[in-house]
Amino acid sequence: MEKLIDRSDFLKLIDNGDTLLVGGFGLSGTPLTLIDELAASDKKDLTVVSNNLGEEGRGLGKLLLTGCLKKAKGSYFTTNRDAVQAWSDGKLEIELVPQGTLAEAIRCGGAGIGGFYTKTAVGTKVAEGKEEREFDGETYILEKAIKGDVSLVKALKADTLGNLVYDHTGRNFNKVIATAGKIVIAEVDEIVEVGELEPLEIVTPHVYVDYVVKNKYEKKGGKYIGS
Amino acid sequence: MGLERIKIAKRVAEELSDGEVINLGVGIPTLIPDYLGDKKVYLQSENGLLGMGPTPDDEDINMDLISASKKPITMDTGASLFDSSDSFVMIRGGHVDLAVMGALQIDQYGEIANWAVPGKTILGVGGAMDLVAGAKRIIIASRHLAKDSSPKLVKELTFPSSGVRKADMLVTEHAVFKFTDNGTELIEILSDMSVEELRKITGADFTYGDE
Repeated sequence: MEKLIDRSDFLKLIDNGDTLLVGGFGLSGTPLTLIDELAASDKKDLTVVSNNLGEEGRGLGKLLLTGCLKKAKGSYFTTNRDAVQAWSDGKLEIELVPQGTLAEAIRCGGAGIGGFYTKTAVGTKVAEGKEEREFDGETYILEKAIKGDVSLVKALKADTLGNLVYDHTGRNFNKVIATAGKIVIAEVDEIVEVGELEPLEIVTPHVYVDYVVKNKYEKKGGKYIGS
Repeated sequence: MGLERIKIAKRVAEELSDGEVINLGVGIPTLIPDYLGDKKVYLQSENGLLGMGPTPDDEDINMDLISASKKPITMDTGASLFDSSDSFVMIRGGHVDLAVMGALQIDQYGEIANWAVPGKTILGVGGAMDLVAGAKRIIIASRHLAKDSSPKLVKELTFPSSGVRKADMLVTEHAVFKFTDNGTELIEILSDMSVEELRKITGADFTYGDE
């Protein structure tokens, strides 16, 4: 099966109203090229599940400028003033999820698990309306798994089969996000032949990955230039 | 003002033990590594690293090797990398020995409010609630008073709670407090304040010595 696609073909995989799971912590491990394609498109009513919404005008922050987002679900949006503004103007719904709950909910989504009980957020506003249950004398709340229509991940390298390796802390949410979308698209810096990646270094096995797109940005001085 | 923050960081550094795995929150806690002396601890960064090292030289910066504050970092000898779900297995599963974090308010039993201010936009929680629920020990490192001069240590929280789990200790520029089921205990004064003066700028009652 041919997994390598051109970035211009990526938008055909996205429908209006889709829920997109997007890897990244701030701008690290973020599929910047795929986000650019989305930002230049006329897609609308998208829900994005990601730890943050990038920064102002950068990464997922670009989607706030085009109005294609209906909702964002993640753990930390405060530092992106555009996100705060869009929310204040009533143009963006925001659902806050503690970071560990976000990671675990996506992991469960990819693992065929419907939900899980956690002690995180018990007794807080985040727990309002959620089922509480005691285990061994401690209170837990029920959190539902998170799944997406499409997962967008960023890896350092892919082989043509779709095996992925990541760059240091650029791994972050990408590993679980690659398991939890109906369609999974990986943006990478480099595509190599099957056999060139060490089995020991592969973090995401190819079974999870449907498509691979080569990124358009070059990394210099540790940063993606022009992104 | 910077000096007060350093004073707090130095005092918290005394609480750290050799070999501990520690997660440091934003603000004052990030100053602590500079005051560890000969102690060897392992810094956990919730975006996927155990064994965080110092800031790299400019030519060695990789923005895919960053701290949870999104600053470039290096890896210590013996460091390991993992994904976000494994990172929170570490945090929520009780494998992190100590979390040092800031607070907006803390009540007399050590309940923490450190993610939202009432009446202001609440759009970020990050990993705060996970750390509050899961770290083996929690130390709050904070200025004694908020920017509006109100005490941070209060009888009852008026800011939204970060969880039912209580902090073990509070270190400010003036004092070190311990929290128990009976309330707050002053264990050390760090400035030239008397106990009575300290009571005047503290919103919760506390015991001291044999009283």
